[in-house]
Amino acid sequence: MKKIITMTMVLLVLATGFLSASGQQPAADEGKKKFAIVFKNTGNPYGEKEMAGYKIAIEEMGYEVILKAPAQPTVDGQIAIIEELIAQRVDAIAMVANDVDALNMALAKAMKQGIKVLSLDSAVSAAGRLVHINQADPELIGRVQIQAIKEMINGEGQIAVLSATSQATNQNAWIEWMIEELKEPEYSKMELVKVAYGDDLRDKSVSEMEALLKNYPNLKGVIAPTTVGIAAAGLVIEEKGLKGQVHLTGLGLPSEMASYIESGICEWMYLWNPIDVGYLAGYAAMALVDGSITGAVGETFEAGRLGKKEIIADGNGTQIMLGAPFKFEASNIAEWKTVY
Amino acid sequence: MEKLLKKKNNIQLDQFRELGLLLFIIIISIMVQIRNPSFLTGENINDLLKNTAILSILSVGMMLVLVTRGIDLSIAANMAFSGMLASIIVRDFPQIHPVLIMLIGISAGTLSGFINGLLISKGKILPIIATLGMMYVLRGSTFLISKGQWVSAYQFTDGFKKMATGTNWGINNLILIAVAVYALAYYFINHTRTGRRIYATGSNPDSAKISGINTDRMVILVYSIMGMLSGLTGVLWMARFASAQSDSAMGYEMNVIAACVLGGVSMSGGSGKVGGILLGSLLFGILNNTLPLINVSPFWQNAIQGAVILLAVIANVLAKRGMTKRNLNRRDR
Repeated sequence: MKKIITMTMVLLVLATGFLSASGQQPAADEGKKKFAIVFKNTGNPYGEKEMAGYKIAIEEMGYEVILKAPAQPTVDGQIAIIEELIAQRVDAIAMVANDVDALNMALAKAMKQGIKVLSLDSAVSAAGRLVHINQADPELIGRVQIQAIKEMINGEGQIAVLSATSQATNQNAWIEWMIEELKEPEYSKMELVKVAYGDDLRDKSVSEMEALLKNYPNLKGVIAPTTVGIAAAGLVIEEKGLKGQVHLTGLGLPSEMASYIESGICEWMYLWNPIDVGYLAGYAAMALVDGSITGAVGETFEAGRLGKKEIIADGNGTQIMLGAPFKFEASNIAEWKTVY
Repeated sequence: MEKLLKKKNNIQLDQFRELGLLLFIIIISIMVQIRNPSFLTGENINDLLKNTAILSILSVGMMLVLVTRGIDLSIAANMAFSGMLASIIVRDFPQIHPVLIMLIGISAGTLSGFINGLLISKGKILPIIATLGMMYVLRGSTFLISKGQWVSAYQFTDGFKKMATGTNWGINNLILIAVAVYALAYYFINHTRTGRRIYATGSNPDSAKISGINTDRMVILVYSIMGMLSGLTGVLWMARFASAQSDSAMGYEMNVIAACVLGGVSMSGGSGKVGGILLGSLLFGILNNTLPLINVSPFWQNAIQGAVILLAVIANVLAKRGMTKRNLNRRDR
């Protein structure tokens, strides 16, 4: 019996070692300039799109790209990969961080060796990077959702917001911009009656959506700037047969929303395009390496098909905004629903 | 005559907790109804019962586990695992009949529960530790079988979704399934030998063993039942919300434990009634349904929920203390 237990333990340890090693790839050739991107973890469809965009950008300019991610979304896994990339003498590292601060030591070491470090999507703190690629311009994201719901309800009636948690930083920033946009005179006939919080839980989001419909029988539109929320809202509208009476837009994963967009319950919604986030990061990395930018406020560079981009301030550090979010509607949802 | 009166008093005391809970529910309902007249409408009651069905089904299993002095923290993870397994099958083989897929989900859940039971009875691991470990194993496995991907609404078949969203005789399927589970549980617990043996195992394991009850088998049985119900509700959860992700139902085990505690199930084993957990789940469901309806700030929602649970537990302790005191008094005389 003891033997069996020992054997199992040994096998388990071996298996763990194997699993953590499977996230790594063989070292690249010497010579050509090498641009690395490190995502949060392997097997993430969203991350694969982001890395694909980065790859497209780097290969457009004929350089070599290295795509990496740990098997599990941990800081340790990312630090090990950074160490490995430093040893490989890459020219730039683009980080999608698993932690805001914990990678700073490893990234500082990389920068000391002359490697250009930037972050995208999920940022590292200003000290650990030269510049950050922000997928979402909070102002544009907030405003565009109000513009969308206005168009859907013909500029008149009650609207509500179904958000994630009441403390969610992203969502709260977007909602502030929504309220800002609503102050414009063209929205004088629209009224934001409530911001409800579904905590990104399916059951709670459904309850909150049901309560919205009961408390505001004349509700015309709902904006849900979160995937779980918008899908729950779509589900409730479908279940109660309110298609056409209550309109829905917001931010959500195309796969989650495909069936509601195809059925017309949600005419269109938004999300950033992860390919573009990676693509912009690729061009920013190349601009950092060839010295055309240093990561200081006010510098500009050409980002391939995305055009000219400017570096702006972000707290202590600097960032580059991707721009307005991408619109998902009946005509393009079929091609995107399998992507992420 | 005096004896008869005393007996009557004891019966009342026994039923007090359920009665108190019922009164509590009625008072809350009246208060909410005054603030928002849409509470006691057919539509809202239907929504409320539908949203409480899964919780109430799980409470049955959790009660049995608590009765044997155990606890199961792995149920939400088990739901996610069984539900994800079923969802993946629906996505990849949409032609398979939904009921068959549900049976596969139930089997997977039962197996996980069975393993819990083995670890606890034969492995002599504390229930809280064994099921905590199982929780992580199942969450990890869910992530592995799904490869981190979600199964989304468009990948489910209508037949699969209808299991939870469809209606029979005008009543939602989830509610019907919950009613069936409760009827079966009531019969099993009160009218079968095995049901009574589970209670004997929990109220005094040593004397249960001496009187010839195979307590290990009882423990394995209750965790298997818990697993079976987790598998069932896991599949229903995915069908209901038309979406499966590896963190589905995260933290839901706490709601179920809370519903049991509200329903007067003792955490130290041996006691718990079907009627109690039915009311406990209902109260929990009413809280979830009404707090958004009466426009409480989101910061207060959790606090109010917690306060109600604490109140219920305090009432439980006081009622129990009163009962023991009375029993002791009677013995002294």
